[in-house]
This record gives sequence, structure tokens and C-alpha cells, in this order.
Amino acid sequence: MYKIKTFVAVFAFMVASAFTTSPGYKVGDVATDFNLKNIDGKMVSLSNYKDAKGFIVIFTCNTCPYAVAYEDRIEALNKKYASKGYPVIAIMPNNTDVKPGDNMEAMQARAKAKGFTFPYLMDEGQKIYPQYGATKTPHVYLLQKSSKGNVVKYIGAIDDNYQDAAAVKTKYVENAVDALLAGKEIKETETRAIGCSIKV
Amino acid sequence: MRYYILIGILMFASCKDVPQTTEVATNKVESVSNDAQVDIADIDLEIYDFNGLKSMLSTTSEKTYVVNFWATWCAPCVKELPYFEKLNANYANKDVEVILVSLDFPNKYDSNLKPFIIKNELKSKVVALNDTNSNTWIPAISEDWSGAIPATLIYNKDKRQFYEQSFTYDELETEVKQFIK
Repeated sequence: MYKIKTFVAVFAFMVASAFTTSPGYKVGDVATDFNLKNIDGKMVSLSNYKDAKGFIVIFTCNTCPYAVAYEDRIEALNKKYASKGYPVIAIMPNNTDVKPGDNMEAMQARAKAKGFTFPYLMDEGQKIYPQYGATKTPHVYLLQKSSKGNVVKYIGAIDDNYQDAAAVKTKYVENAVDALLAGKEIKETETRAIGCSIKV
Repeated sequence: MRYYILIGILMFASCKDVPQTTEVATNKVESVSNDAQVDIADIDLEIYDFNGLKSMLSTTSEKTYVVNFWATWCAPCVKELPYFEKLNANYANKDVEVILVSLDFPNKYDSNLKPFIIKNELKSKVVALNDTNSNTWIPAISEDWSGAIPATLIYNKDKRQFYEQSFTYDELETEVKQFIK
């Protein structure tokens, strides 16, 4: 009996670990394009951006306090870098049945209230975020266009202070985009921050 | 009215059958917890940066610690919190202690966290972690942690395991059983 119990426990653990360790992208991988609905009803793909040098893809949402704390900084990133060839592409990855506050109407309302100038896309069917390996909001993937596709150059946090934009010491994403623009190596290619788990 | 009588009879019957009426009593207290006289001023919340928290992340004693990272705004965290409370109560005599590490923002301690502790009558130890340098402390807690919550660390002096996931009570109990002798 104990043997069976142990076996069941071990098996359950193996199944659990198989599901929690999502592969996702590493720095250097080629990221998939997508065709997702924007808050204006139009479909958006990375391939639409003929002149872009790359993309600041940010998985974010309305309902996570960490994501909310970063809204203005996400908008500032787009203002600063869209004209330099690195627009922000925001993707809302949550299941809206679980988080109705993240549904399309709520996304539209939030974007309007905050004056978002970047596309805010719905990951309908939740097909895209698992391919990227995003686990939380906000979660940034900086991509650079190349002959083989959009290559992942940075994964992680926007900066090092979620509570207070004024107290930020290191702007991870800005440093990474600046390095790409200058043709230099990115110093920190992966960082970690607390975020809300993506709701499935 | 008929239902009330029926419920009354059922309650009476169950009280009679079961000598300990504690469960019924607890339910009652919970249902009228709004009347509780505990004030947020009575909650002595311990607030730490990562250095301060470190002492709660390893041990040389025989005890097994279950450290859960959560926040009042995190729905899956709040959902699983009763399981951690239940574990803390059921396994206290087996040298298991639950520590609930809140990641609520400091400006929400008085408005959200302390009222939550009072309303839900949390019995496990609750501390707050206030350290914005998460790029340092997240991998220090576990290399496997992407930073999403809920997340849980179970450890004793011989063994430690990190879980970036939600738990049911049975799952949690299964994991903890692997740590206790």
C-alpha cells in the first residue's frame, strides 16, 4: 500500500513539474509572430511593422497591481522607442473568464483612460504567451529583427523598482534597447521581478 | 420557516452525536466576523527587507517550514490561503510551521493587509517583505522562480523544495509529508 502511495505521489509530482516547467524562449531564440486582436478591433502582427528594428513585447494586464504600477512606464517606453524602431507591443494573456477585469471592453477602457499609444492585444485562446514562456504580468521580451526572424535579446523586468518610478536605479529595458540601437552587447539579458501569475 | 426548524433539528442532532461542538462554534464566529473587535492597530506586522527575511529561509532545527509568498490582491493566493492555515493547524504537532510572506505594497498594509488578517482570522505567522531589489532576492530564494505568485518554499535542515504554483490542500499535504519523519 505504501509503495502504491509513494508511486502515486512521485507520479503526481512528475506530472506537476512537467506542467510548471514551461519551456518558453531563452535569449537567442527566434520568437513566433502572431495575429492578435487589438483594442481598436484590428488584427496586429509583428510582420505589419515593416520599418521596425525590433519590438518591446510586454505581457501585461489591467488587473495586476504590478502591471498597473508599470502602465505609465510602458507608455513612456513606447513614446521613447517607437520612433527609434522599437515599438511597444502589449499583450494581455489572462483568461478573461477568470479575470473579467481584463476583457476586451476593460482593456479598451483602460487604454483610453491612460492614453496608451501602443497596441494592446488580446491573447485570445491563450496560445501565444506559453510559446514565449511568459509566466506573469508584466513580463518583457525584447526582440530584434534579423534575417532569421525576431530574435529574443532580453527577458524580464522593466526596471528595478516596481513601487516607485522615481527611485529606479537600473532601467533594464531601456539599457537593453539602447545597447541594440548602439550595436553594443546587452549587459543584463535576463532579470526577474515579482508579478501576477497569468490566469489560465 | 419549515427549513429553519429542520436546520435547527439537524444542528441539534449533530451536536448531540458529536461531543466536540468546536466546529459549529468556529463556523459561527466566522460568519459574524464583522463584529470582531480587533482593530488594525492591534496587528503588529513584522516588515522585512530580504536580509531580514533570510533568517526565516533556513534552519538548523528539526522543524519543517512552509513559506508561502502571497498578496491580498492575488486571487489564486487568497484561494489557497485556507489550505496553508489548515496545514499549520493540523501539522503544528508534527513540527511544521507555516509562514505567510505578504508582498502587498507598503501603502496597502493598513488599508488591505491588516484588515485581511483580521477578517480571515489568520493564525499562521504573517510577515511582509518590502524589498524592491527583486532581481537579487528572487533567484536567491530559488533559481527556479520566475517571480510569479503564488509561490511556496518548503524546507527543513536537510531538504528544500520550491514551487511556483497553486496548491490544493491534498497536494500541499503530500509535499509536506515528504519532509517530516
